[in-house]
Amino acid sequence: MILELRGLSKQFAAHRAVHDVSLSIERGAFFSLLGPSGCGKTTTLRLIAGFETPSAGEIWLNGKRIDALPPFRRNVNTVFQSYALFPHLTVLGNVEFGLRHTPSADAALRVRQVLEQVQMWDKQSRRPSELSGGERQRVALARALVLAPDVLLLDEPLSALDPQLRKQVRAELKALQRQTGVTFLFITHDQEEALALSDRIAVMRGGEIEQSGTPQELYRTPRTRFVASFLGEINWVDGVGIRPECVWVARAPGPDGSRPGRIAHTTFLGPYRHLAIQLESGEVVTAQTAAAATFHAAENVQVSWDPADELRFPA
Amino acid sequence: MPAAILMLLTIAVPAAIVGIYSILSRGAYGGVELPWTSENYTRLIDPLYGGIFLRSFALAAAATALCILLGFPLALFLARSGARKNLYLSLVILPFWTSFLIRLYAWMFLLRDTGLINSALQSLGLIRQPLPLLYNNGAVLVGLVYGFLPFAVLPIYATLERLDQSLLEAAADLGARPMAVLTRVTLPLCAPGMGAAAILVFVPSLGTYITSDLLGGSKTILIGNLVQNQFTTARDWPFGAAVSIGLMIVALLLMFAVRRRGEELL
Repeated sequence: MILELRGLSKQFAAHRAVHDVSLSIERGAFFSLLGPSGCGKTTTLRLIAGFETPSAGEIWLNGKRIDALPPFRRNVNTVFQSYALFPHLTVLGNVEFGLRHTPSADAALRVRQVLEQVQMWDKQSRRPSELSGGERQRVALARALVLAPDVLLLDEPLSALDPQLRKQVRAELKALQRQTGVTFLFITHDQEEALALSDRIAVMRGGEIEQSGTPQELYRTPRTRFVASFLGEINWVDGVGIRPECVWVARAPGPDGSRPGRIAHTTFLGPYRHLAIQLESGEVVTAQTAAAATFHAAENVQVSWDPADELRFPA
Repeated sequence: MPAAILMLLTIAVPAAIVGIYSILSRGAYGGVELPWTSENYTRLIDPLYGGIFLRSFALAAAATALCILLGFPLALFLARSGARKNLYLSLVILPFWTSFLIRLYAWMFLLRDTGLINSALQSLGLIRQPLPLLYNNGAVLVGLVYGFLPFAVLPIYATLERLDQSLLEAAADLGARPMAVLTRVTLPLCAPGMGAAAILVFVPSLGTYITSDLLGGSKTILIGNLVQNQFTTARDWPFGAAVSIGLMIVALLLMFAVRRRGEELL
């Protein structure tokens, strides 16, 4: 385990931002902290980076305890949400910044390697103000990676980008992580991002970890209602959760347990369709069907699903 | 439109009048009269006045350097003072509520042979004869720095306030100790503020008159005193006007130079 958090807590004057958080992250993993705004994920990141001191708990990096060390002594580096590039330095100057204390020959080579890896070598003399959002992010990545940190912290790096760019940069990030083998700790509120990128995810809410596991585990076997609703979409019928892609829609009554309903409207989403179905029992259920399906609004249909796909939670 | 008219009346017109005076000849009892002449400007180059220009320049430069040296830590303290920020800001601005003249007299009271400092040192037995603290270049420097320090503090403080905190965090994250963060990030990004501070102190210091008149005595003649002299006892208005125009040109050149540097940096 390269990074371990043990019972980490942070209390601000009136607000408990992080409470009893414990995590283990394996070397070389792409690990995400996922949760809505205010859930404590950014505070947790700042605690690991050293910008906040914990109220309780320990942080262990590579076998050493670091929670009492200032940021400049910790072998973690951060890619900030706003990138925080130094405006008075060029791209090259920014990336070289942390290498002040390393002998010259090696430093110059490493800088060149990492800049080429993010495809910014040709723009080394530009100033941050002359770069696009995506380019700035690459420089921020290079600046942190060139120092070979034990863990790279990324604070919602994709949220400042246009949706178009986001998917592309997402793929580039994943590739970069695989190439460099550096452990990534990725903070996001976007569950799709987390599912697509991560080896493991920890879902946070109200300062605590609700569940952590692989994307598949969290999606298929969520342990709480919150995790079930936060990842993907879910329907709640009689206190039981059922995902849209598990709902079967037919015109004729099916095996026992099919429920009658009427299609309220259909939404074309490209690769598939979503049908909003008002059940006779009152609930509205979203079902996913093939895009070519011919269901239309105001049709009467029968809705059913495999009980094995139901997600049940303690009351 | 109204702003342009106001600027025309209050700046351009008086400057033009002084400009015109500078190329006329002196009247017998003061005032100006024809013929037109460039003699006043050629006189400026006379080594007699060289000493005055050099001393003024040196004093203004020293005052500027000291103001920035003292102003920067003060501005840094202000920017980091959190809850008490407004209180400290009012303290910095407080001197502006009193007349500058009165404050200079206060300094005379402190510095003169029978003043507070000398009396205190003598009664403590540390000196036997009073120290010549007044009526020299040093006293003028003290007066200049004291008077212009707030002008240096405020623009530097404004720049520090606007500094993105995440830049400082990023620097620490990348391995910079607090001193390195100061010298490699905070200071360079403060350059525009310090440039503004430098102009706000240097230009008025170069043309200072009251400070050198009261605190400098007859030994310290600066450009300001020279000009005042021409318009009173020497009765050579055109020459006084020429010196003023010269001063104005130097100030304008400096302002352009600093602005250019500032734009290059960011």
